[in-house]
Amino acid sequence: MDKSNINKIQNFSKSIRRNIIDMAFSAGASSAHLGGALSIVEIISTLFCHVMKYNDDPQWQDRDRFILSKGHACLAYYAALCEIGYISKDELQTFEKDSSKLLGHPVINREIGIDFSNGSLGMGLSLGIGVALSLKKRKKNNRVFVIIGDGECNEGSVWEAAMAASHFKLNNLFIFIDNNKFQQTGTNDQIMKTSDLRSKWESFGWETIDIDGHNIKELCNYFESMEDSELKPKAIIANTVKGKGFSFSENNNDWHHSILTKKLYDQALEELEVNK
Amino acid sequence: MIIDERNIKMWSTIGARATFGIAALEIAKKIDNLIVCTCDVSTSAGLDRFRKTLPDKYYDLGIAEQNLIGVAAGLASEGYNVITTTFAPFQTLRCCEQIKVNLGYMKQKICMVGIGSGLALGTLGFTHCCVEDVGVLRSIPNLNIVSPADSLETIKALEAAVNSEKSTYLRLTGSSNNPIIYNKDYEFKIGKSVTLVDGNDIIIFCAGAITKNCLTAAEILQKKNISVKVVNMHTIKPIDKNILDESQNFKLIVSVEEHNIYGGLGSAIAEYNSTFTNSPKQLFLGIKDIYGSGGTYDYLKEKHRLDPEKIVEDILKNLD
Ligand SMILES: Cc1ncc(C[n+]2csc(CCOP(=O)(O)OP(=O)(O)O)c2C)c(N)n1
Repeated sequence: MDKSNINKIQNFSKSIRRNIIDMAFSAGASSAHLGGALSIVEIISTLFCHVMKYNDDPQWQDRDRFILSKGHACLAYYAALCEIGYISKDELQTFEKDSSKLLGHPVINREIGIDFSNGSLGMGLSLGIGVALSLKKRKKNNRVFVIIGDGECNEGSVWEAAMAASHFKLNNLFIFIDNNKFQQTGTNDQIMKTSDLRSKWESFGWETIDIDGHNIKELCNYFESMEDSELKPKAIIANTVKGKGFSFSENNNDWHHSILTKKLYDQALEELEVNK
Repeated sequence: MIIDERNIKMWSTIGARATFGIAALEIAKKIDNLIVCTCDVSTSAGLDRFRKTLPDKYYDLGIAEQNLIGVAAGLASEGYNVITTTFAPFQTLRCCEQIKVNLGYMKQKICMVGIGSGLALGTLGFTHCCVEDVGVLRSIPNLNIVSPADSLETIKALEAAVNSEKSTYLRLTGSSNNPIIYNKDYEFKIGKSVTLVDGNDIIIFCAGAITKNCLTAAEILQKKNISVKVVNMHTIKPIDKNILDESQNFKLIVSVEEHNIYGGLGSAIAEYNSTFTNSPKQLFLGIKDIYGSGGTYDYLKEKHRLDPEKIVEDILKNLD
């Protein structure tokens, strides 16, 4: 993995963080899901900047597919779509405004690269299976990437999908589990123990690895060195920090959904500057 | 709970959800076998104090709404009086078959509280707005469906639902600064509507936080010398047949709801009224069977013609 590539992805991540706080700030009193968006920045950057295949046409048949099952983290998604030129910076500023295309959860809009509506947790992986199955049926070698939350893994439907994906030998299906150890109102341990996600996914027939979800090099290496000998779907347990990137939000679950004040917005801008 | 002017104001300011949390705690202190179950939304449902004060009466099932209803029904079968709560779409649609089999078919008794129903969560999109809950649940036998008009009615409805023999779905609408409909105590009974304003040309039936807009619309119409009766139809099931009998004498029946016009309050009224030979015309105001764009609560109410001015406009268009 060469250094310039890593730098490129790192810069992409920085722009995403910047866009995330800009949108959260412009949303004002209507609040934004900051914590769960910040924890997936490096994952989404690696996917959109390096791993996934796409071109200028968001509906290109041969694109890799992306589904943000934990739809409340859409700030990171919108920011990535802006980086790749599917939506404009001005459009980002309409986040959560009246009649905006960019609501607090993704709304299906294939013209700007949003393939599905999400927001009700536990639905995205099943969609991913349907898409992966149809790609296989049509003998396409495109891949499907789904991001789900660790809290989201409370939902039974996730495990129905987990079983089906390995049953259908969907080696073209990749999920990132954003293992930030928090959900809406507390830690996973407090609300619903999801303990040892890795062995759970493994026992459901997935090829499973643990990764530092903020380490771009590690994320890239996984895709470089991956050998696809077994016909298994892939679960990447990405160990992450909820609210990653800003001192006030890291591991502070008040930022699950909250209002970004001018003061904190300015602080966030400063912290981004310092980390340049 | 002390029902006085100060508390009524406070409940209105904090909105129906937070009021529910306070009421649940008060009720649980009095009722020994009461249990509250939720799905990782304690903060949103105003249950922070509850979970700290009465941990023995509180279960968080995690983000697993189907499991929630099954567990609640199991607890109920062993004699517990259970309240469940999460956001309205997840409290109803996500676990619909569990509601059908466990509560409808087997008649296990619980009280389900759907928070943030209607259009209040509009900036979050229509995964979170809920305009289908009443329609879907109305087709399941053995359930009460109650949509309180303000925060005080939320408390009274919760008490009634906890004490009811039947399972109840409480549909909480509105946001914080929930308009006050009742500024003093009154008699609340599941299934018995409340006339808020008397009149004799037009009868408006409404439920939930949109009631305030109906009262304002009625005031505007009164000024145009049109006499309007406004009825708070807080219980959508079982529907109050007495008031519907009475509604036969009006020139126009209007139903106003923060819900799809198919399946909700308007439908319930029309189903009963169609048994009369010459029932008056009914105007259905509500969401016209679409999802459409999202946005702030006020924006969406206006877009779906549920603000007072548009309610008046639509009524005037239908008066001949
Ligand atoms: C079916 C469903 N139930 C409840 C919610 C409310 N909700 C939104 S985010 C969230 C917590 C999600 O936790 P996790 O997947 O770990 O996301 P993260 O903590 O990374 O933001 C909950 C309960 C929802 N959106 N959908």
